[in-house]
Amino acid sequence: MKFPHQKITRFIYLYIDGFRNLSSWGKKLWIIILIKLFIMFVILKIFFFPDILNKKYNTDAERAEHVRNQLINSPNNND
Amino acid sequence: MTENIDLTLLDWSRAQFALTAIYHWLFVPLTLGLSFLVAIMETIYYKTGNEEWRRITRFWMTLFGINFAIGVATGIILEFEFGTNWSNYSWFVGDIFGAPLAVEGIVAFFLESTFIAVMFFGWNKVSKKFHLVSTWLVAIGSNLSALWILVANGWMQNPVGMEFNPETARNEMISFWAVLFNQVAVDKFLHTISSGYLVGSVFVIGISAWFLLKKREIYFAKRSMLVAAVFGLLASLMNAYTGDSSARTISKVQPVKFAAMEALSEGKPEAGLVAFGVLKDSENKVGETALKDFLFKIEFPSFLSILTAGDKDAFVPGMTDLVNGNQTHNVISFEEKKSRGETAMKTLIAYKSASKDGNIQQRDSLKNIFASQSFQENYFKYFGYASVEKAEDIIPDISGTFYSFHLMVILGFGFIFLFVIAIFYLFKGTLTQNRWFLWLCLIAMPFPYIASELGWIVAELGRQPWIIQDLMPVSTAVSNIGAGSVMATFFIFATLFTALLIAEVSIMVKQVKIGPKH
Repeated sequence: MKFPHQKITRFIYLYIDGFRNLSSWGKKLWIIILIKLFIMFVILKIFFFPDILNKKYNTDAERAEHVRNQLINSPNNND
Repeated sequence: MTENIDLTLLDWSRAQFALTAIYHWLFVPLTLGLSFLVAIMETIYYKTGNEEWRRITRFWMTLFGINFAIGVATGIILEFEFGTNWSNYSWFVGDIFGAPLAVEGIVAFFLESTFIAVMFFGWNKVSKKFHLVSTWLVAIGSNLSALWILVANGWMQNPVGMEFNPETARNEMISFWAVLFNQVAVDKFLHTISSGYLVGSVFVIGISAWFLLKKREIYFAKRSMLVAAVFGLLASLMNAYTGDSSARTISKVQPVKFAAMEALSEGKPEAGLVAFGVLKDSENKVGETALKDFLFKIEFPSFLSILTAGDKDAFVPGMTDLVNGNQTHNVISFEEKKSRGETAMKTLIAYKSASKDGNIQQRDSLKNIFASQSFQENYFKYFGYASVEKAEDIIPDISGTFYSFHLMVILGFGFIFLFVIAIFYLFKGTLTQNRWFLWLCLIAMPFPYIASELGWIVAELGRQPWIIQDLMPVSTAVSNIGAGSVMATFFIFATLFTALLIAEVSIMVKQVKIGPKH
């Protein structure tokens, strides 16, 4: 089967040309997007939003045990 | 060991989730609505070959692009919060959330990120037809992304198609189709996307009105307004129809929320539908919580019974029936639900003991009990009630739910009038003479956003204390982490989202002032 090289190249150039010819507001928008993604994925996710169960427990069995205990011992459940 | 959850932590975690969801929802509805409006405008350009329609399409596409770019990925923060602040909940929901969100990720990635590039970069570089198809695919992709997240939310309101596995402490999906075609999810999807179409339509109408008030771009503004008014009117009718269907479903699967929406303290046949009213505390109390009476109300007699059951004599349960039960009308009391929930909880405790003691036979036998349909339907269904202490705890904020619901409905009907008047003046050719109406269109711009946010407040406030209806209260779902860190991130988010909103509004205002390019 022939690989559609030409189509892929044209598609890539669509992106390259598009980014090259961005208007001034378009460039501003991309800067905002990149800053936003940096804050969200680098600062917030790493420093403020760890996955609590993955951080505290190594195996799924331990995580299940923890959640089972939380369900059983929830604040209003005194069984 | 019992980990007592600090109420400050719970309140801040809820406040943070509400803040991020509300801000996220400022960006999404415009994407949903404007994407279709742009696709319709480009279709007219494709059909007519009129260059003016190309200008119109490109202008609104620019505003769509600004909103899309600023809003993209703001929803990811909600997923961060699930893993950190609501880890017990995240685990408990298992693959119910995972599957729809994975599909959403794939659809969003392939449809939106691929075709949005063609939409913006492809003018004059791809054929007109391919460009048009790309614009439609972006609109469809955006709306399909909303489908999956709303399916997940629908499951939280009405958990179906799953089975709880005591070994993994997770709900496991047994029917993808039951989850997808959950009546709450279907109603929620159609009602939510149509509210997005209203946001998009009023946005286009408002900005077009501004051009007309400035006596600029008259042809452009009138054409844009016509498309938006017709699309908006159709969306309004769809919104009203799906709102009615949604309320009917809520009356069946979340009757406490429904009673709060109507501030119905005592159940009755021939129940009236309150068009609007002012509430006061009732002498009728559940524990320490006062129910509500009306200081004043405008009511359509028997309409609530007709709308919920199609019969004016149908009994609609009120808050006291839902708490105390009503045998005549087959309403189960809080105490009965709590008792059944405790049976499910005791079975889980027995399962845990059997596992710990290595009693494999008993463990497997208890696991089979959990897997049985009758246990799931009669006992596990009320599992969360075992964790609720008092009957009054299942009553949500009645005033907040009632006023949010009624204001949303009033605004919804107001938009119908707005679209009808716009179409009337456009066809009569007197739109520009009626400057009061142009001002009204401009002033109306924030109101669909408010209505849409109010809808979410009804959905989420009205189902408290549950994060998953009847299965898990928010107090069990929250992670035991420091309240200080949740407070800190609350303010970081408030700052970040406010900055994004200011950036969006300022870039948009600038582009609007520039106007469509020649």
